[in-house]
Amino acid sequence: MKILVQREDFDCGAEMEAVARGNPKVGAVAAFAGLVRDVNDDAAVRTMTLEHYPGMTERAIAKIVEEARQRWNVIDCTVIHRFGELKPTDRIVLVVVASGHRGDAFAACEFIMDYLKTRAPFWKKEQTPEGARWVEARSGDDDAAARWDSGARRNSIP
Amino acid sequence: MKVKVLFFAALREHVGVASEEVDLPGQTSTVAALRAHLAGRGGAWTSALAEKKLLRFAVNQDLVPPATAIRAGDEIAFFPPVTGG
Repeated sequence: MKILVQREDFDCGAEMEAVARGNPKVGAVAAFAGLVRDVNDDAAVRTMTLEHYPGMTERAIAKIVEEARQRWNVIDCTVIHRFGELKPTDRIVLVVVASGHRGDAFAACEFIMDYLKTRAPFWKKEQTPEGARWVEARSGDDDAAARWDSGARRNSIP
Repeated sequence: MKVKVLFFAALREHVGVASEEVDLPGQTSTVAALRAHLAGRGGAWTSALAEKKLLRFAVNQDLVPPATAIRAGDEIAFFPPVTGG
């Protein structure tokens, strides 16, 4: 399991290869990458600055990954989240899950992202032509995280 | 009782403080009580920590509900709902 909170960019392909390298038990690798868009809530975004809570951030992500490991077959997992100033098209976050089968890999990857969105201490500030503004949390993110509590999506595809 | 209090993002900008040591009166025993204590400072503190403001809390780097007990030496963080990912 690898958790990195860093300013630097990352290589999605290299990270996807790394979680499976040399392990013939891995039959599936699922990945999610989040990118900076140039528009949000109808305003143009010039740059985005990500603030985080050093120490707690890594700890919160580790807890989320551990919870995913208890729910699904997760052979290896990498989570990388950037902070600092980013521009549209820049990568923000990467979640990679290696598993025996695709059901577990897809589910664990989505679960980690949904929980990261509501539990990892990051905050986005956007610079727009009208000035800087902090991004508001979306209730849809809470809904996305809450659906994992219902048990409806806990089981992987056979 | 002394605790370390941290503020992040919009809340940090609002109160103008990122981190401070706070010496609390004896009866301030929960995160909610600490919030009320700080809100009692007036000005930006009162508006930033008003009860209607949706905030999140961490004690020693774990997300917690506001009724959570606090102890001397704890690191207590106040921040807006998170927006990473």
